[in-house]
Amino acid sequence: MAITREEVLHVAKLARLALTDEEIERLTHELGAILEAVGKVAELDLDDVPPTSHPLELVNSWGEDEPRTSLPLDEAFANAPRREGDLFRVPPAI
Amino acid sequence: MTIDTLRLTAEEATDLLARKQLSAAELHGAYLAAVAERDPELHCYLRTVAAAEGDGVPIALKDIISTRGIETTAGSRILEGYVPVFDATVAARCKAAGMPIIGKTNTDEFAMGSSTENSAYGPTKNPWDPTRVPGGSGGGTAAAVSAGLAPWGLGSDTGGSIKQPSSLCGNVGLRPTYGTVSRYGVIAFASSLDQIGPVARNVRDCALLYSIIAGRDARDSTTVELREPVRLPEDEDLTGVRIGVPKEMNEAEGIEPGVAEAVRRAIELAAELGADVGECSLPRSIAYGLPCYYLIAPAEASSNLARYDGVRYGPRVDADGFYEMVERTRDAGFGDEPKRRIMLGTYALSAGYFDAYYGQAQKVRTVIAREHAAAFERYDVLVSPTSPTVAFELGAKATDPLAMYLSDLLTIPSCMAGLPGLNVPCGLSAGLPVGLQLIGPQFSENTLFRTGHALERALAFDPVPARLR
Repeated sequence: MAITREEVLHVAKLARLALTDEEIERLTHELGAILEAVGKVAELDLDDVPPTSHPLELVNSWGEDEPRTSLPLDEAFANAPRREGDLFRVPPAI
Repeated sequence: MTIDTLRLTAEEATDLLARKQLSAAELHGAYLAAVAERDPELHCYLRTVAAAEGDGVPIALKDIISTRGIETTAGSRILEGYVPVFDATVAARCKAAGMPIIGKTNTDEFAMGSSTENSAYGPTKNPWDPTRVPGGSGGGTAAAVSAGLAPWGLGSDTGGSIKQPSSLCGNVGLRPTYGTVSRYGVIAFASSLDQIGPVARNVRDCALLYSIIAGRDARDSTTVELREPVRLPEDEDLTGVRIGVPKEMNEAEGIEPGVAEAVRRAIELAAELGADVGECSLPRSIAYGLPCYYLIAPAEASSNLARYDGVRYGPRVDADGFYEMVERTRDAGFGDEPKRRIMLGTYALSAGYFDAYYGQAQKVRTVIAREHAAAFERYDVLVSPTSPTVAFELGAKATDPLAMYLSDLLTIPSCMAGLPGLNVPCGLSAGLPVGLQLIGPQFSENTLFRTGHALERALAFDPVPARLR
């Protein structure tokens, strides 16, 4: 099953990737080939098979509710591209 | 004293330190000297640590493991300059055991790849033949151990990133049972598959390192306690061990004749050592394992990699608007393979396609787990080649993603079922290492160590690359 250029553009928007024209063209081709290969899973009739989301059968994982010191603000901001006071500074979103 | 870093095992080094014949700083220094000599050619390390902190045997950590105060990039430009302010639990456990860090090893970007060629910082070379790849994604750790640039190291494995490079470099690598080693502070790729594990020059060292890092961690709610303590293997026979040989995994298309031959000889040897060897079948695991993996892993990756947005860490490409900044930052920061997988995963999870792709792949995952469980009713261990091929040439598969994905054909199915797997070198083909893959039920690491150790002793494989002897 192939994927169209329009679908690639749509997915790139969902994934927040500003792809170049060259990347869009290459990915349309590559994703088409990969989807054809992975689409093989559709061959199996698995209506009665439950899905597995996790390999271990864990139910709940409880921890003690013990207060502890959290990361100091200066450390939390240590890798920030731009900081303003106690906030991450970003360009306007609206 | 003279330290031969190519031959010294971690166990021997521990003994030398205990008897004060050597200091931890001298030992650490010997590895750094070896790095200075051989790493300009091999490029196993992205950076080294000059000061030896701790009184134990030093270690190499894959650059996917957060280390406080030491740059950690996951092999990606999008984390260039990122210096973690906390340690991953596995790094903290190594430090608590007194192990100084030698350095951070190269990896395919976000551990996505089978050759280390997807690292944004250039590929690692195979110490047996520098024109060839060391495997991936953990090629840096595997090559460092084989080239005597570390006595042991940690890797991460999502679909084969520990076992396959160990196979291509001729050393011992364990992908542990899912949940036995904490993922806290390890840069996430596909969370239901990612596992941290040890790489070493022999099985006993591998078991020793596993005992140091394993066990429940309150900071990773998917971790569990080991069912039994790790036993360092001693037995040299395999009496009572039932070994299954899955037909499809040993006769799969693409297995090189030299690889099949070395594995066949190792299986014969196992029988001579007293193992009860028989044939079994995992038809759908092999036929559908790879497609299943390449839906589930990219889907989880597309979600995990959403956090790289230029807001809290990493380089930012500025723009007038927020979303434009995020989109440009991500396009500039991610390399081709992460972009491919983010796109694939986003597509597989998107409206209209979810049931046919991701939902169906999750059901295939159940089928794979059930097939393996049925095989383990009759057998304790399943064996196959780890990699269908020996180390391939740099560039040979770099432009064909699907050909590269096939490198993990035999390592992937057991990962989908959360099973542990051990690579043990079992011989050479055309002068390059061949790896034997041992797979067991969940929590069967001790059986894998016992089987691997007995075979290792009987095979007498020399793990030092011929050109470095």
